[in-house]
Amino acid sequence: MSKQPLVEGSTLDGFLIGEKLHTGGMATLWRVTRDDIDVPIVMKVPMILDGDDATTIVGFEMEQMILPMLSGQHVPKLFAIGDFARQPYIVMEYIDGESLLPLLDTAPRPVDEVVSIGARVARALSELHRQHVLHLDIKPSNIMIRKSGEAAFIDFGLSRHEMLPDLLAEEFHLPMGTGPYISPEQILRNRTDPRSDIFSLGVLLYHLLTKQRPFGFPRNNRGLRKRLWRDPTPLRAINPDIPPWLQEIVLRCLEIDPANRYPTAAQLAFDLQHPAEVKLSRRAERTRRDSMSVAWRRWWKTVTSDPKPATDMSAQMQQARIVLAAVDLSPGMEILAEQLRVHVRNVLETHPGMRLACVNVLKTARIGMHYPLDESGRNIHVQRLVELKEWARPLGEWAEQVTFHVLEHPDPAAALIEYVRSNHVDHVLIGARASSTLRRYLGSVSSQVVAEAPCTVTVVRVASTNLAHLEHANTPQPEVADT
Amino acid sequence: MPTALLTDIHANREAFDACVEHARRQGATRFVFLGDLVGYGADPGYVVEQVAEHVARGDIAVLGNHDAAVADPDVGMNAYARAAIDWTRDTLDATQKAFLATLPMQAEDGDCLYVHSEASQPAQWHYVQNAGVAERSLNATQKHVTFCGHVHRPQLYHMAPGKPPVCFIPSAGVGIPLSKSRRWLAVLGSVGQPRDDIPSASYAIFDRTRALLSFHRAPYDIEKAANKIKQAGLPAILSARLYIGR
Repeated sequence: MSKQPLVEGSTLDGFLIGEKLHTGGMATLWRVTRDDIDVPIVMKVPMILDGDDATTIVGFEMEQMILPMLSGQHVPKLFAIGDFARQPYIVMEYIDGESLLPLLDTAPRPVDEVVSIGARVARALSELHRQHVLHLDIKPSNIMIRKSGEAAFIDFGLSRHEMLPDLLAEEFHLPMGTGPYISPEQILRNRTDPRSDIFSLGVLLYHLLTKQRPFGFPRNNRGLRKRLWRDPTPLRAINPDIPPWLQEIVLRCLEIDPANRYPTAAQLAFDLQHPAEVKLSRRAERTRRDSMSVAWRRWWKTVTSDPKPATDMSAQMQQARIVLAAVDLSPGMEILAEQLRVHVRNVLETHPGMRLACVNVLKTARIGMHYPLDESGRNIHVQRLVELKEWARPLGEWAEQVTFHVLEHPDPAAALIEYVRSNHVDHVLIGARASSTLRRYLGSVSSQVVAEAPCTVTVVRVASTNLAHLEHANTPQPEVADT
Repeated sequence: MPTALLTDIHANREAFDACVEHARRQGATRFVFLGDLVGYGADPGYVVEQVAEHVARGDIAVLGNHDAAVADPDVGMNAYARAAIDWTRDTLDATQKAFLATLPMQAEDGDCLYVHSEASQPAQWHYVQNAGVAERSLNATQKHVTFCGHVHRPQLYHMAPGKPPVCFIPSAGVGIPLSKSRRWLAVLGSVGQPRDDIPSASYAIFDRTRALLSFHRAPYDIEKAANKIKQAGLPAILSARLYIGR
């Protein structure tokens, strides 16, 4: 379909073709320039050979459909698309950074580094999934780390947009993905589950931590299908220095049934960023794979059970959202805190897969950070944590889904907003104190969170009949900027 | 220049006005009507006149089976449709009937084909309701995109060279790029009598320069449209089904 071979120095639709950066199996990558674009850009041109090379063409079509619908730092910015009728191409931002591929050569990598990379890739995945796109080919060479440290995905040739026709699924009857990384459900030709990307990220983390591939490098269908019934060797059996919480996280990503994995990439990122809050299960302590009899039973299930129906991505993500309760533990705020808990309970009751992060901000001095102790020498941070857990005690039936965080920051609203951003929180519930003239002038923590947090915010107030009482209770209190 | 495509209006004035207004808010400047302006609903005269005004300004309309049945009582239809079309025939004036008689079976417009039903035998009024019929229709034209109606449920078929077509059920409000490397058959949902269990009026907008197709839903005053059908003495089922979109 390529009308004429591209060469350095030629032009195409106003783009001056520069150096050839890469020749892959599916496409070539050229550095290009155009007068009106002042950032580094590249042109990706599919390798379309004579004869039947349909997956390349359709994959490129999918990429041309999906890239214009994506935005943000986790994907390359798109500049132009070349028509199939003449010369198909995609012109996009040149991402200045390294892919994760070279890291595999020096695996095993230190735990801290792998956790940091994992959290960044999980956050990027969460952002992609929020835009209704499954990548479906997560592997080291498709992940770039920008100079800013953020992860960005490249190559959407196997991707699927929840609301666009999936050209690949309908036309090809082979599993599509990359052998070591492909998820069990992709092998069964299900391309609708965002948890497939979580599985592939689990493979990557496993490899970086142990220098071994959890499912080898299968070259044929029989080898691929083994992961439908055979679980990987627990990481700590290979490297005992890997902490149990990290084995818990990686093995949960690698669960055969997507229902047993992290429900969302945001929840995975959350655990990677809060190791102390990871709920340990038997996965954390495992020292060997399942017995062959368990594996054989699973094998039998794979050959006898019906294929699973497609996953409703949006509904699944909606159920598994991360909710932040910003709890004000100041004296006099008891009624408001109780009211907040009533609303939190309502949300927990209607969203069985959600995570609840209970957050309290401990206001610190702007200058001279020190670990705060009160007059009697108690550690205020620990005391706050105790109070926070006490606040959540009536929510005990959801204990598995609840975590506790005391943030220390001079600006409570800024601390909460930063927390929302870095943990991909979907919904904040925050109490608002009774209004007062001073508060209207200074602005409240809740109003700043409403204005700036990139998610839904529910402001909880005590009903107006109680306001007079509250105002009274608050009178001796100065304007404590606490939550 | 975004083009709004409306089909199966079926004399539903409220649904028609809601779609036109919705489409204008989305920036649509051209309109294409894919047939069945009348039948079932209580405002055939209004709808025919509105469409005639559009056509006079250069917009496009094609014939549907209900439109054809106004002049030709031999067009086959069920008892409810028959009762409605007999009433419609008595309601429309001569000018309105004359306009319906001028409508073509299909129209071509650049790389698009507009037709009411399956395109290989448009006068047979076959429903495009599966990939087999879609393939027949797509094989009858070289055009990049075919737009049709008649089925009352939105669907989008795409066909790569040498492959059978595949059906996709579109979500409302999402722009779908229609790749040039394959051909497309968009079956639009009905403006005046939706039957995909969603009562809102259904239509689409095609932005030809970007090859971007969006299916849309426009809520309208169903109560009012249904009451008029009752008052006209038309079969009760024709008003009842508007509430449930079935």
